[in-house]
Formats: sequence, C-alpha cells, structure tokens
Amino acid sequence: MSEQQTSSGAATHTPTARAGGRRTRGRLPGLSGLSGATVRNLGLVAALLLLCLVGFLTGGDRFASLTNLMIVLSLAAVTGVIAIGMTFVITTGGIDLSVGSLLGLTTVWASTLATQTMADQYGWIVMVGCALLVGLAAGLINGVVIAYGNVVAFIATLAMLVAARGLAELIANRRTQIVDQPSFETTFQGDLLGVPKIVWIFVVVAVAGWFLLNRTTFGRRTVAVGGNREAARLAGIDVKRHLMYVYGLSGLTVGIGGVMLLARTGAGSSTNGLLLELEVIAAVVVGGTLLVGGRGTIVGTVIGVLIFATLTNVFIINNIDSSVQQIARGAIIVAAVLLQQRFARRSKAG
Amino acid sequence: MVTEDPAAPLLQMQGIVKHFPGAKALDGVDLDVRAGEVHCLLGQNGAGKSTLIKVLAGAHQPTAGTIRLDGDEIAFPHPDTALEHGVATMYQELDVVDGLTVAENIYLGHELASAGFTLRRSAAQRTRQLMDRLGHPEISPHREVGSLSAAGKQIVSMARALSRDARVIVMDEPSAVLDSGEVDNLFRVVDELTEQGIAIVYISHRLEEIRRIGDRITVLKDGVTVGRNLDVSTTATDELIKLMTGKNVEYAFPERPGVPDDAPVRLEVTDLALADVFSDVSLTVRAGEIVGLAGLVGSGRSEILETIYGARRATRGRVELDGKSLRRGSVGAAVAADIGLAPEERKSQGLLLDEPVYRNVTLSSFARIARGGWLDERAERSAAAEQAAALELRPNDVERPIRTLSGGNQQKVMLARWLVHGCEVLLLDEPTRGVDVGARSEIYDLVRRLADAGTAVLVVSSEIPEVLGLSDRVLVVSDGQVVHEGPAEQIDEHQVLDMVMEGSVA
Repeated sequence: MSEQQTSSGAATHTPTARAGGRRTRGRLPGLSGLSGATVRNLGLVAALLLLCLVGFLTGGDRFASLTNLMIVLSLAAVTGVIAIGMTFVITTGGIDLSVGSLLGLTTVWASTLATQTMADQYGWIVMVGCALLVGLAAGLINGVVIAYGNVVAFIATLAMLVAARGLAELIANRRTQIVDQPSFETTFQGDLLGVPKIVWIFVVVAVAGWFLLNRTTFGRRTVAVGGNREAARLAGIDVKRHLMYVYGLSGLTVGIGGVMLLARTGAGSSTNGLLLELEVIAAVVVGGTLLVGGRGTIVGTVIGVLIFATLTNVFIINNIDSSVQQIARGAIIVAAVLLQQRFARRSKAG
Repeated sequence: MVTEDPAAPLLQMQGIVKHFPGAKALDGVDLDVRAGEVHCLLGQNGAGKSTLIKVLAGAHQPTAGTIRLDGDEIAFPHPDTALEHGVATMYQELDVVDGLTVAENIYLGHELASAGFTLRRSAAQRTRQLMDRLGHPEISPHREVGSLSAAGKQIVSMARALSRDARVIVMDEPSAVLDSGEVDNLFRVVDELTEQGIAIVYISHRLEEIRRIGDRITVLKDGVTVGRNLDVSTTATDELIKLMTGKNVEYAFPERPGVPDDAPVRLEVTDLALADVFSDVSLTVRAGEIVGLAGLVGSGRSEILETIYGARRATRGRVELDGKSLRRGSVGAAVAADIGLAPEERKSQGLLLDEPVYRNVTLSSFARIARGGWLDERAERSAAAEQAAALELRPNDVERPIRTLSGGNQQKVMLARWLVHGCEVLLLDEPTRGVDVGARSEIYDLVRRLADAGTAVLVVSSEIPEVLGLSDRVLVVSDGQVVHEGPAEQIDEHQVLDMVMEGSVA
C-alpha cells in the first residue's frame, strides 16, 4: 500500500533539510576554515585598537611611546608564553589550573643556591634546563593522571596547583631567592635590537605555537580530540597519549615562562604566578578558543593577552585603582564569553 | 457519564501524520486502546513506533490527526499535558534521576509541598502505598535510585506514572534491559495494572512476550497502520511478520559477481566474545566478498564490528588479518593493518562536523600526508579531491564544513577516509542511516565497487532487505549469538525476522 520507502527513524536523522539553509558566514570558499577565524581576530584587533585609542586620549605621550610599548610587551610576555600552551589544552576541551603554581615552582627550583652554583660551573643552561624539566615533568604528570587515570582535568590540575605551590614553599623555605648568576643575566636580561629578550622569546614561542597548531599533525590531532574525541579515537588517533603530550606541552611553556620571569624580576619566589592561571585562561578564552574544545587560535590568544596587558597599562598610566581594573577585566571576560556562546549555539544548531 | 462499555476505546488516535523537515515519519496511523488491556505495538526499526509514542507523550506535535480520550478530542501541546490527562510514557532509557531517592523521583516535578517546603513524610507514605500496589513493598521510599537494578528503576518509573493517576501507560521495550526472572515480575505487575483498569501500550520486538501478555496488536509499517486491533490469540506469527515486512520497495542493489572460490580469506574472526554482549562469534570475510550481519538493535551486531576494530576490548577470541593476529583493543593496530570502520553514529563517532571535508578525509592518513609531523595541506586537498571526484561527492568541494553536507555525502566522506588510507577490510555499520533514498543505491554501488577491487567488506544494518540485497553471505545475530550463516540469496527477510524474533533457527 505505501510506496514511501524512507524508514522514518532514519529519516529524522537526515541532516539535509536542516543543514541546507545554514549560512557559513565568514567562510569564503577556497580560503578554508581560516577565514572565519580571521574575521573573529579582526574583531579582537579592533577591540585592542580601541583600547589603545583610549590609552592615547587619556595618557597621551606617556602611553604612546616606544618605552611604554616595551613595558606592555614585557608585561604580556610571560602570560603570553603560558597562554600558548594553554591554548592547546583548551582546544582539546581540557583546562590546566596548575600553571600559576607551576610557574612559582619552576622559578624557585631554577634559582636555588644549588642550581645557581652549578650554573656558575656549567653556564645558564643548568637553570634553563631545570626550569624546563620541572615544568615538563609536572605537565606530563597532569597528562598521565587526566588521560590514563580518567580524572577530570579540572580536578587533576587543581590538585597540581595545590601541591606545586606547597613544594615551591618547601624548596624556597618561603624566602625570595635572588638570581645572581652572570651568564644567566647576560643571556636573558636586557634588549636585543631594542626589544627586551623576553619579548623575543614570546614571539618565538607564539610563532612556533602557530605552526604547531596549524601546520603539524600534532595540531590537527589536538583539534580532532577536542572537536570529537570518539571520532578521533575511531579514526585511529591515540587520544590518551595525545592528551598526555598536550598537558606536557603546557608544562613546558610554564618552564619557559619561569625562565622569562626569573630574567624579568631577578628573583625566584614561591609566590610567583599567584592566580596567573585565571589571567591565562581569560586571555585564551577572550581570544576565541572554545572552552568546549575543537577550535583554537594562537593569533586570538596573543591578541587576548595583549588586550589584558594594555588594559593594565592604561589603568596604571591613569593612576586608576587596581580594583576598578579588576572590574573591567571581569566585564571583558563576560562579554567575550557571551559572544562565544552565541557562536557555539549557532554552530550546534545544525 | 462515562459509558461502561468495555469495548469503547479509552484512547483513540486517528489518522496521525507527522512530518519532519524532509521526511514523513508518520503517514496516517490509527491506534485504539481499551481500558484494562495490553495493546501491543509492533513494527520494524523505522516503522514509526518511536515517533508515535512521542506524539502520544506530547513530545512531538502531530502534523495532522486527532487524539481522543474517553471520546473527547484533546491535544498534548506539552509533555505535562499528556501526564495531566493520565497518559504516561516509560521510555527505554529510563528517565529516573540516580542521585535522588525513590520518593523524590516519583514526585519529581509535582512535589508534595506546603508553603514551599516538601512534605517528605507524606511523600514517603504515598510512595509506600504505590509500591504496595505494584507488588514491591521491599523498595524503600528513601532508597537512592542509583542503587536499584534496571528492573527496580522500571518499577519506580511505573510508580511515577501511577502517582500522576495514569490511565494509559506506554512502555517502550521494557523487557530489553531485564533478565528473564525480572521479565516475569514485570508481567506480573502489568497484569495487576490492567486489572485495575489501566491500559498498557506495550512495544516489543519479541513475539513470545506479546503472546504472553498482549490482548490486541497494532502493526506499523513505514509510518502507516497496516494491521489494526488484531487478536493476539488468533493471529498467526506468520501473518504478523508478513504485515511487518509487507512488500518492500525494491532498492536497486548492484549485481553480485560472485566470489571466486580461491579468493584469499582477508579477515578471520575466531571465537570472539565481549562479556555480557556477545560470545563465540566466528566469521571469515574473503577478498572481494561482502558479508552482512543481520539482527535487531541490541543483538550485539554493532558491538561485534567495534570489537573487531579494537574500539572495544574483546574478552576472548582472535581477529586475524591476512593470517596475522591483531592486538586486542587497539584501534591504532587495526588502522595500521588497513582495517577501516564507518561507525553507526556518523556524526558523533565519525566526523569532525565543523572541519572541512578534506581534513575529515585525511584524519586517519597522517602517515601518508605528513612528513616528520608536518602536514602538507596541498597533498591533503588533492588526495581528498581525488576521492571526492571518484565518489561523486556533492557538492564537489573539499573546503566545505562537513556539517553542511547531506547524510549520503557525509557517508561518502567516511568511505573516502579509508580509501585515502588504503583499506583491506572495511567495516560498515548502518551504511545508509540518515541517507536519503536516492543516495542509497549510490552507496551500495560504491561498496560493491570496493569489494570488486578486492576489499573485504563486513556490513551491519537494521534494515534486513539492505543486508540481504547488498551482501554475498549473511550471518544472523540474535542475543549475542550467530544463529544462522549462509548465502544471501538463499534466505529472505521473512526467515531472518523469524530467527531474530523467536531466537530459533529456521
């Protein structure tokens, strides 16, 4: 009797009708998915420029000077490097709350008397190697616990946050350790071509991070794991191992940040990096990396970091209470996330 | 006054039509349910049973048709209205909250409260009465529901229906999650409910169950009622199956060239088992052969594919490819050995929906596309474009986000992924789910062409005609056991259904 052959159960899944009319704004054919990200990044650049305009109008030459620009960049550099690692973590749909504590731990461990004495003998590489290894090892521990222990990233890295701060206090005995190691100071302090060396490090890490995310199999796997973990697994990707690497990478960037912070402040302290994780996560999220995973942008993260650094700078130049600054930060985060959610809803609707 | 005529329908659905964008799920369904009867709803996967009960529960709004309760025409614009009218639905995935107690679950959404405070004692008391009524006084109102078995949760779900004074309870395959002792208990409860004048709409695939507790049967096929109010005791199984299968629209299946006897065995599975799902599965697929696994949802067929693929870790048994044993529970090993899977739920298990086509195509082939970890996007695009052209992907644009493609074209992308990777064995789970009719024969042709090129193909589908039409050889799976194996031409849909529904070998 009925000639209708579509099985109804299957038909309800047919995406054609729903998908047919979907707009793909910002995605021009032939320019791949990047152009959508470019549109979002242009929005961020506009926000940054607006902020600079406010800075110039209120601070005049005190804001718009080369010296001040370098101050802003130095301020952004440490957060920025760590935010690059965090971008990978968040792109997988995870989170790393331990970066602030770990930053403290790496600066402390790399500046103990013993490490500095060894550095006197073998050169700055000892301090740098120490910071990188401590960061990498802690990151890998996070990764193993999350990937193989199936512990939620929020909890695993929260535990690391607490433990690492404690270890840092234990090692430093709650004292500030002054860096007094000539080869380290000459290598990492001061300028190169008129730009602070730590800013150069930020630039190198950001460029490397961009290539890693956009041009390598590592980056593609990161997006795949965050976008659809099961699909990635069934496509043959070793999801667990990859997650471990991603948290290891985050730890490694913290190690780099530790070296930079030692260079900038000249001291290792267990209180270094207090609440830095919030600043880093805020910058990444404002930059347009989706908290649910599957989309990450290094360019967005860099601009996000610059927005917050500039904001701080504008407030300082105008002698405005830091409490007001915190309120402004909060407002920016909420506004950015609201926009992001709208985007996510629209892309889920299909 | 309500007439006491026992034959007058309590619930009457007439000419129910439900359109979804692009598809008609229901196209004129009638259902009459009397007070105190167990009315069975029978039909194959996709016949429209789920849609119908969602209409009845108020979760879907019918495009046309009327629903009458006690002769009065009513509408269920919202699930709550259905409940208020005494129509309760127990879905297959029970909608109880594990973290709450039995009493809290039963009164969830209509808590007994006074001035905003819940009346815990009277809720507990009434829960005890309900449990007594259902014959389960041992279930305490204060017990956490998460600690109950599936059968216990079902009782809670029924008690919730009764707490809303349900007169019609719809049960969607309630026995699917129960063992045989629990099923007996369920039937006892159903008997007690019907004695109290409550009507049960009972959905099940198992004819033996329907024989045991059913009064009348309505059969659905392709969204239409094809058998109405059949008497359970006088309708032959044969007739029911005939109604469910009916005359199927013939899909154009590609011709079977026949597999030469000397074709090498590509895939050999020996005594494969997965605890509590299937056991003793042995099968071989030769180069150029398409083998089909037929069975109902829950028979273990998808799990067999996933276990062969390593996505689930087999508790026993061996999978060999060209004579070499595969590592258990490792998708990586399977992919490296050139086994590919197009999973059942393409969107949630197969694709990165926001990523462009070419990145979905190359997801498994980094070893070919990348050098030293660096991706060569040009090589990716050209590999994807080559397959897109060969598979006639529409639109033929590898830059498009895959979300914007139709189901059939998304499936082609899944096939393209394994073609780019190179594939000796292809495992297809529901290859045409969500694929519209026109695109189906295209998929069938593609699969046959792959086989002709020497690939060994293993297909799972809930659409029996599809398995029979596409495959060279068929294995029938029922309750985790292979109950029949033989050439596809020598068995028909009727026989397959007979086997999977009765669990017996024809």
